[in-house]
Amino acid sequence: MSSLTEQFKRSLVVAQKNVKIYYLKGPVIVFGLVFPLFLALAYVIGRNIPLVEVLPGLIGMTTFFTATSVGPSIVPWETRSKTLERLLCCPVALWTIICGDMLSSFIFGLIISVIPLALTLVLGIQPLNFIVLLLGLIIANLCFAALSVLLSAYPPTDIPATTMMLSSLVKFPLVFISGVFVPVEQLPQWGRVIASISPLTYFTDMVRQLFINKGFYPLAVDFLALIAFTTAFVLAAIKVHEKTLTKRMS
Amino acid sequence: MKYVITVGELTKHYGDVRAVDHISFDVKEGEIFGFLGPNGAGKTTTIRILTGLIKPDEGKAFVAGYDVLKKPIEAKQHIGVVPEVSNAYVDLTAWENLALIGKLYGVQPRKLKENATKFLKEFGLYEVKDKLVRAFSKGMKQRLLLCMALVNDPEVLFLDEPTSGLDVESARLLREKVTRYNKDGKTVFLSTHNMEEANQLCHRIAIINHGRIAAVDTPENLRAQSMELQYIEVAFSKTVDTQEFSENPSIIKAVSAGNKVRIYTAAPSSVIEFLVEYAKKNNVRILSLNSMMPSLEDVFLKFTRGKEAVIQ
Repeated sequence: MSSLTEQFKRSLVVAQKNVKIYYLKGPVIVFGLVFPLFLALAYVIGRNIPLVEVLPGLIGMTTFFTATSVGPSIVPWETRSKTLERLLCCPVALWTIICGDMLSSFIFGLIISVIPLALTLVLGIQPLNFIVLLLGLIIANLCFAALSVLLSAYPPTDIPATTMMLSSLVKFPLVFISGVFVPVEQLPQWGRVIASISPLTYFTDMVRQLFINKGFYPLAVDFLALIAFTTAFVLAAIKVHEKTLTKRMS
Repeated sequence: MKYVITVGELTKHYGDVRAVDHISFDVKEGEIFGFLGPNGAGKTTTIRILTGLIKPDEGKAFVAGYDVLKKPIEAKQHIGVVPEVSNAYVDLTAWENLALIGKLYGVQPRKLKENATKFLKEFGLYEVKDKLVRAFSKGMKQRLLLCMALVNDPEVLFLDEPTSGLDVESARLLREKVTRYNKDGKTVFLSTHNMEEANQLCHRIAIINHGRIAAVDTPENLRAQSMELQYIEVAFSKTVDTQEFSENPSIIKAVSAGNKVRIYTAAPSSVIEFLVEYAKKNNVRILSLNSMMPSLEDVFLKFTRGKEAVIQ
């Protein structure tokens, strides 16, 4: 068996450990579900917006917030408890651990984001192409999980609250510039430029197209953008983690 | 003689601080190699480099035949590590911790189950294997860490202050297990502050100070190299004036405490003759007289703080 396959297997072991320790906790699951719902309600209440118009944003937010909910805090937490040192003493590469952290965020995000998707089906709202939507959900979760491990890389702190606060500073503005509440086509030109730098824009745009057949970018662009963001986030996360590792260990 | 660890000119800086400064040493297969040094001497940095946690700025390090810098995964595949600070997952059970580490080493499921059961029983943790580590005492956590370090049947075991802060019983158990593991032909790299532990366990010892290796040898040879630290402890029937002692060229220093005098000398037989003469001349009796070899602690102090720190 090649060492790459063996390292990937070990990533799955890290992911399994993360799910057990960090994700299968009541408050984490409740946060993943309730928080996007409250944001959506805050937007909808008092305004006459059809449910089908709200759902793409709700699915986008749920996916984004769940896939990035815990990931940024894992490395700081493990730095503090010295368990990161334990993992790194084992025959695993740093990228193996990062990949494991990303996989656990991905699995959690995917499971939780299926719930609002199921809700749409229960309410009789059918996507134009279910398979494409599922593929989109997978790549979006991968992308946001990659963002979460990048957010955990800097600063090389052992205080999870610091990372969580900084990641909130990144995450919240992204929600407001990504066409979640106001579709990209309704944004002014400068708004569209800003929206184009957010990965969430492409996922929300994709979901809108698949539910209400309205989108700003072609579906292929949405997919390619999400793949490009995922690749960039993963590479950046590995690079920054490598650079900051000695500081974490000292 | 096969070397399991080879270190050459290893250097590591943290900013302006040179934590490890061009150190070189070898560890033979099947030996317990002690790594002694005061706090901040560079022990943990050296272990972290050898276990692939951090990269050195200069130098080479080979573990189990693999270059730690070029093939860290392969090198780590052959080692087990008990770090300075307890770092088992407290939200997992003892069994889950062992399973996690075993899987990260790629140990086959059947072998993993067999090893986990064997070590948990050996270290008296089998009955609590399904309890969260959070509820474990410090001694239990330390025993679990040793189980975790052994679960992959490593060739080399790195122990960083393994008995620090442990109760006597747990420390003794750990030392027994390390000795037994070594008797199976495995190599142990032991960083410790405990001189008695080093003296009892180690075949050879390296003393590191300010990031540099001050000495590497067997405990016996290190003592032999420090014969100026041997002393005679003599008790007289009454308090004596040691002024006359300092005039004897064989006496390096005489320190009195009540009717007892500690005399540092490189020539104990001539000093004993002098003491007998002195007693007769001054009409005092010698109640007891012991010739003492330097302890490992004396040797350590000599290499880390100078001879004066011992003879004071």
